[in-house]
Amino acid sequence: MSTDTSPSSTVEPPTTPAGKAADYLDQRTGVGVAVKEFARKVFPDHWSFMLGEMALFSFVVLLLTGVFLTMFFDPSMALIEYHGAGPESMQGQLMSVAFASTLDLSFEVRGGLLMRQIHHWAALVFMASIVVHMMRVFFTGAFRKPREINWLVGTVLMILGLAAGFSGYSLPDDVLSGNGLRITDGVVKSIPVIGSYTSYFLFGGEFPGEHIIPRLFTVHILLVPALILVLIGVHLFLMVLHKHTQYPGGGRTDKNVVGYPLFPVYIAKMGGNFFIVFGILALMGATMSINNVWNYGPYDPSPVGAGAQPDWYMLFLEGSLRLMPGYATEWVIFGYTLSLNVLIPAVVIPGLLFTFLFVYPFIEARVTGDKREHHVLDRPRNVPARTGLGVAFLTAFIILALAGSNDLIATHFGMSLNQITWAFRILFFAGPVFAYWVTKRICLGLQRKDRELVLHGHETGRIVRFANGEYIEVHRPLDDQERWLRVNYDAHRPLEIEPATDARGVKRPGYQKDKQWQKLSRFFFEDRVEPVTPAELAAAHAHGEHDEIEAAPRSPELVSGTENADREQ
Amino acid sequence: MKALAARRHHRAAPVVLLLLALLVTGGLYAVLAPSPATAETASTATDVEEGKRLFQANCATCHGPNAEGSPEAPSLVGVGAASVDFQVSTGRMPMQMTGPQAAEKPPQMDPEQTAQLAAYVASLGAGPAIPTDEQVDAALGDSANGALLFRTNCAMCHNAVGAGGALSEGKWAPPLYDVSERNIYQAMLTGPQSMPVFNDANLNPEEKRDIITYLVEQREGSAGGLSLGSLGPVSEGLWAWVVGLGLMIGAAVWIGAKSS
Repeated sequence: MSTDTSPSSTVEPPTTPAGKAADYLDQRTGVGVAVKEFARKVFPDHWSFMLGEMALFSFVVLLLTGVFLTMFFDPSMALIEYHGAGPESMQGQLMSVAFASTLDLSFEVRGGLLMRQIHHWAALVFMASIVVHMMRVFFTGAFRKPREINWLVGTVLMILGLAAGFSGYSLPDDVLSGNGLRITDGVVKSIPVIGSYTSYFLFGGEFPGEHIIPRLFTVHILLVPALILVLIGVHLFLMVLHKHTQYPGGGRTDKNVVGYPLFPVYIAKMGGNFFIVFGILALMGATMSINNVWNYGPYDPSPVGAGAQPDWYMLFLEGSLRLMPGYATEWVIFGYTLSLNVLIPAVVIPGLLFTFLFVYPFIEARVTGDKREHHVLDRPRNVPARTGLGVAFLTAFIILALAGSNDLIATHFGMSLNQITWAFRILFFAGPVFAYWVTKRICLGLQRKDRELVLHGHETGRIVRFANGEYIEVHRPLDDQERWLRVNYDAHRPLEIEPATDARGVKRPGYQKDKQWQKLSRFFFEDRVEPVTPAELAAAHAHGEHDEIEAAPRSPELVSGTENADREQ
Repeated sequence: MKALAARRHHRAAPVVLLLLALLVTGGLYAVLAPSPATAETASTATDVEEGKRLFQANCATCHGPNAEGSPEAPSLVGVGAASVDFQVSTGRMPMQMTGPQAAEKPPQMDPEQTAQLAAYVASLGAGPAIPTDEQVDAALGDSANGALLFRTNCAMCHNAVGAGGALSEGKWAPPLYDVSERNIYQAMLTGPQSMPVFNDANLNPEEKRDIITYLVEQREGSAGGLSLGSLGPVSEGLWAWVVGLGLMIGAAVWIGAKSS
């Protein structure tokens, strides 16, 4: 170090090429500040935090392969007679230019089929990883304050993913996707009053018209990807702003983040994960054929093949339509037809499912009355009602998806299509209720087990006999980390509301509304298992060298409703 | 006799008696039961004669002694040799058990017996004949035309490439990958079970052959790799979850376990 007092000379000029380049950039852009900030940003460590990354990286793969495909795909509905390198069965057939260019890019462009298959597999995996990521966020309560808005952004991203997938799936103009478009047309037309006008607007005339493929192309390569990119930006910005949530554990609070710095640990992990995702998608694209449009043939409104289904993320809609009874559900009112047989399964049911996703965080915030910030995740068992509702939602979704595959279930398991359909009709209503009940009971059971473990410790299998002949099993107390995990959670109680009348007997406005919320709150939190309090823990320890469990007539830790609301804190 | 009577309470006596009874029953059956036809390729008259015997032994229970049909099974007068050849050579008839539809099984009759049965049924009334080798030669057809015809006439039940599909009430349209060219032709001609008849006015013999050519072309496999059963988006979605998500979550757990 020189003795010069000027501050600039205390920093030695960089000597390595990388250092020089970094210094050059920093002097011109001041990027060093951002790098310093981001490199030291701490992320908590858990495999399930990589699920969102998987969706992001599949999207990057979608962009890369999509750019390649755009160079060869021609979204025109003009008719031509095909003669090319495609399969023998396509030669000389009349088809749209869009279909022919799909054949050309699959069979004539070098690597084209590989790119198409990677693109399609990436789309399926993109949606699947979004769903799994949402499940992680939902079941751990990561949507709570301050992340409600990010949950909404994520849900919109999921719907945009559906839009991207559906518009892309329809582009090759084959029989299978054309059937899907025809269903879409029917669904649009089932909307009262505006339905037929909207259909003509979308298709530029009567279905199928000559405009839908170019329009879907614009939607697929410009509109939806741009929106997705913007919202991914917002999603990640909010994630950085809020800092990442962390799983509960000793030393982890709502005021800190325990983990590793972005650089070098997470850069390495994320980079590695990107190449793994890309590698798996490339492997799938190289070895497993997907959407062989030449099997289905160029679109023609008359034929439909057995096993005509949409991609998996749209299967719930297909199933919903397949389950709906067709009789007595089409009403003619003053000469106008109301197609409830399409409107209910294709508009109302998905509408309800999506509404649940959009409003759930706000409902839960309202029934808990909890306005604090949360950065430590919930263990799913500690919020039995939420976990139960999530499983019920998934059950409904999965039953609809299976109903959309009912013909394949019939052929592959040797069953009757009609019986399967009836079974699913009943299961669609009974399944979610049953799933909710079972899940909630399992959660409460696990909570009781936790409680019992905290109070009495681990069984060691060591049996000791006292001089007086008494046998006991020695229990080993939990260590601090184990106990921390099991006692640090909120067991929310049902809302307590102001009385119906004030002190002078005047009716309080808003009481009825409060009562409704209280009812909902009771549904959530009437049954709950309170965490062990320090007093209970001390009592259990003082209560004896031998850790016997007293046989209470009624489980004392399961408090029910408000009758025990005045229980000791 | 006395020795026998003395041993009638012997422990092994019931077993010995049972064995004897079985032997007698089996022997009687072997003597009295109609022997399977063993005639060499002979004149049609002999074939018809043998066919009639086979028919009465194997088919008459349901189809009636003179193939006139019964409440359980249709009349076979006028169904033709093609129908018999299809049903018997694929093992569908004689039917293994009642059910939504007759399932395929290893054929019970050898080719010669099948021919005799066909000759007998054909003799009962005029019906479609067994197609010639040239009529079912896939090399002579046009698969592009076949694809077009298959899509409009067959794909709604058999799937776009003949992977099979479900019909109502437990019936099904079988996959066509392993069906012989002759059987495909016969099925179109005679409309077995739930299948409609595609007679020569509906699909002429050349068009039937084009369809066969298209179906045979599908057996070559998929250009893009494993065909995943050619069942469409459901099997693709299943594999996206199993292979794609399975491997990725496995990798994520592995990455997550590193360094922490």
